[in-house]
Amino acid sequence: MMDEETLATFLAEAEGLVESLEAQLLALRDRPTDRALIDGVFRDLHTLKGSGAMFGREDIAGFLHQFESAFEGVRDGTVAVDDELIAISLAARDHVAHLLGNPGDGGGQPLLERLTLHLGQSGAPQAVETAGGHWQLRFFLPPDTLSLGGRPEIVLEELRALGAADPRPILGELPVLEDLDPLELCLGWEMELPGKVTEDEIHAVFMFHEEGLRLELMPPGGDRRKGDRRQGSTTRRRAPATATVEKTAAPPATSAQAPALMRVPAERLDDMMDRVGELVIAEARLIEIANRSGDANLMLVAEDIRRLATAMRDTTMSIRMTPIGTIAGRFRRLVHDLSAKLGRAIEFSVEGEETELDKTVVERLTEPLMHIIRNSADHGLEAAEERLEQGKREAGKLVLSARYSGAEVLISVTDGGRGMNRDAIRARAIERGLIAEGTDLAGDALLNLIFEPGFSTASQVTELSGRGVGMDVVRRTVEGLRGSIQVASEPGHGSSVTLRLPLTLAIIDGLLIETAGERYVIPLAAVDEIVELPAAQARPGGGNAFLDIRDSLVPYLRLRGLLNCQGSPGPFQKVVVVTSSEGRVGLVVDRIIGSNQTVIKQLSPLHAELKTFSGATILGDGAVALILDVPHLIQRGRCEADAGREAA
Amino acid sequence: MSELDIPADVTGDVVTFRLDGEVLAVAAGRLREVLEKVRVTRVPGAPDFAAGVINVRGSVVPLADLRVPLRMPRPAEQDDVRILVLELTLAEQATTVGILADAVHEVTRLDPGTLEEIPPVGTRWPPRYVAAVGRWQGEFVTVPDLNAIFADFLGGQGRTHSNGATGAEPNAEPETV
Repeated sequence: MMDEETLATFLAEAEGLVESLEAQLLALRDRPTDRALIDGVFRDLHTLKGSGAMFGREDIAGFLHQFESAFEGVRDGTVAVDDELIAISLAARDHVAHLLGNPGDGGGQPLLERLTLHLGQSGAPQAVETAGGHWQLRFFLPPDTLSLGGRPEIVLEELRALGAADPRPILGELPVLEDLDPLELCLGWEMELPGKVTEDEIHAVFMFHEEGLRLELMPPGGDRRKGDRRQGSTTRRRAPATATVEKTAAPPATSAQAPALMRVPAERLDDMMDRVGELVIAEARLIEIANRSGDANLMLVAEDIRRLATAMRDTTMSIRMTPIGTIAGRFRRLVHDLSAKLGRAIEFSVEGEETELDKTVVERLTEPLMHIIRNSADHGLEAAEERLEQGKREAGKLVLSARYSGAEVLISVTDGGRGMNRDAIRARAIERGLIAEGTDLAGDALLNLIFEPGFSTASQVTELSGRGVGMDVVRRTVEGLRGSIQVASEPGHGSSVTLRLPLTLAIIDGLLIETAGERYVIPLAAVDEIVELPAAQARPGGGNAFLDIRDSLVPYLRLRGLLNCQGSPGPFQKVVVVTSSEGRVGLVVDRIIGSNQTVIKQLSPLHAELKTFSGATILGDGAVALILDVPHLIQRGRCEADAGREAA
Repeated sequence: MSELDIPADVTGDVVTFRLDGEVLAVAAGRLREVLEKVRVTRVPGAPDFAAGVINVRGSVVPLADLRVPLRMPRPAEQDDVRILVLELTLAEQATTVGILADAVHEVTRLDPGTLEEIPPVGTRWPPRYVAAVGRWQGEFVTVPDLNAIFADFLGGQGRTHSNGATGAEPNAEPETV
């Protein structure tokens, strides 16, 4: 039987194929005659079926067989792509995804029946009948087939499924007994196959044994020609009489131009990141010791180590960065399903698919984003009649966009729907006791109440959304990733939900500062510039806390106050100007220590509620320094300033 | 006292330590190490119970002060402190925490016959924070219920210190670990 690693490889590969299949099917729906897409779908189905069979998953292989034939028909132009075919195929793709985790589930039968029915209606011939006669097939599998875990009996079984009659072993190449290596495959087979079998079908059987395969195929009524390994070509011609093939090593033509990729289990990346984190901390200690020692040689080595550690960190992080596009396929599918379920045409587009985020962040964002999209499609977009009445186009727009902003990534879901109903939200908030009766909140503050637990204004609970759970969960997930969430809306023109997320959860470049004898880290990506605080403003007083930097006003906050520090500051304070959603804001600190690589350690559950810090890090001297969460810090500073004004 | 629901924490090996003149004990199985002279980083805005964090072999670990839930006085400046590094389960997640001690005594076993529930009167400690009281070398030993204490202080604030809007008393039963 298969060992666990092989099984995991199969599952990982199959999951990749299932996902690619989904993306291609969705694209094919929009461009039903795109040759490359049709080939792509066929290839995915084919590979999925093939590897299913190879790994002993006859349930998958059997189920997919008919779909493969259907798309072969599409490729040959005998079956047309229409919405029904796409719908059936998407459902089939879901069933395969389900089968991967639940082997042997026979729930796919109705789909096969639906497919047969559909193909029957569209009048597609199931298979092209060729003239009578038989293929003559002779082959030797690569000699290393057995040692690589291949199973010739599966090949034979597949050939038998094609109608192979009377397979006979060829024993001529067996060595004398003392030279026999039981792991080396010396047997060949020969047999006849029915004439109606296509050449591609025969080659497909050998798709996992192409390297080193010797194969002779004589078409029905044709001449046998022997293949020459060196001239073997990977292109498959459709001419029925192509007889010669001896394949060179190459996976099916598509991946030829794609960059070489490697699948790695995610936890190995996590382990690697941990090690790099430890390396960076050890390096900081080394630098500190080297500098103290004054030993020039040691300092040189320490500098080398620093350079290597930095490069190592960057490489590791870049490995972990995943483009948002990797999950966009799921959203396309979701919108497709929603559109069908709600009976609304939805024009969905994704902008900034190449925007990258740490893989953990991307993974954990999938669910919340799906929820937001579901909400926008269900509540945001109007029904077709309503849209036409208002002079809008029938198809509602839904845009998912991602872009960088400082050390953050902004992801937003924007719909061109009716916008949010402020009155309904206020009424609901009062009903739920979120705000007092008769009060109103200005601007977006009111809208953001939808993230409160148990909030839902949908007058009807639909199958899709409106159970009043969800948006609060969305907010909690986003905050768990150290991000924040906001809504904006314009009546009649639509709403948008924006998530702000940190680029990474692992290591950042930090600016180490000191305030009242305590050290803190400010993420360097948020820092714009550093200026002196004029001596006249050294102490908090009645005046306004503004700086004039190159003719623009920059408000500032005193870290000493925000962090409840004791004592009074010295005369030479610095202002670290950071960019936030509120614009440029200065943070007054006592002293700048320098920049450092900061390995982010999450705070324990005991401190998880403290929004002011995004984590902690360990400095070169072994002490712990807290990492300031700039957006939250500024928000708090603003709240305290507001409170101060009200009190005054 | 046989009907007493004594947590497994108390019946096995325990480590005894002193805090504000009292002897306390925690399960020795939870103890990872004892630290001295550690630099504590203050966490602004955190509750007094967990006002700081420390570096324990490359991990950032919260430092808890049992004197807060046990209502003991807290001197402002203290030089000679020990930190017991413990493994606990907080919010269903294995967490390492440090707890402050004035001195750490020894690993021992409390005589089960001497274990009692905390008397309802005559003690300053909130009863739900105390798993049991026993005897060791002629002194009383208090076994704090760490699960109950930490559960109350999760999320950065102590429920006992909140304005009591919810009024919900946490589960007072000592958990068996």
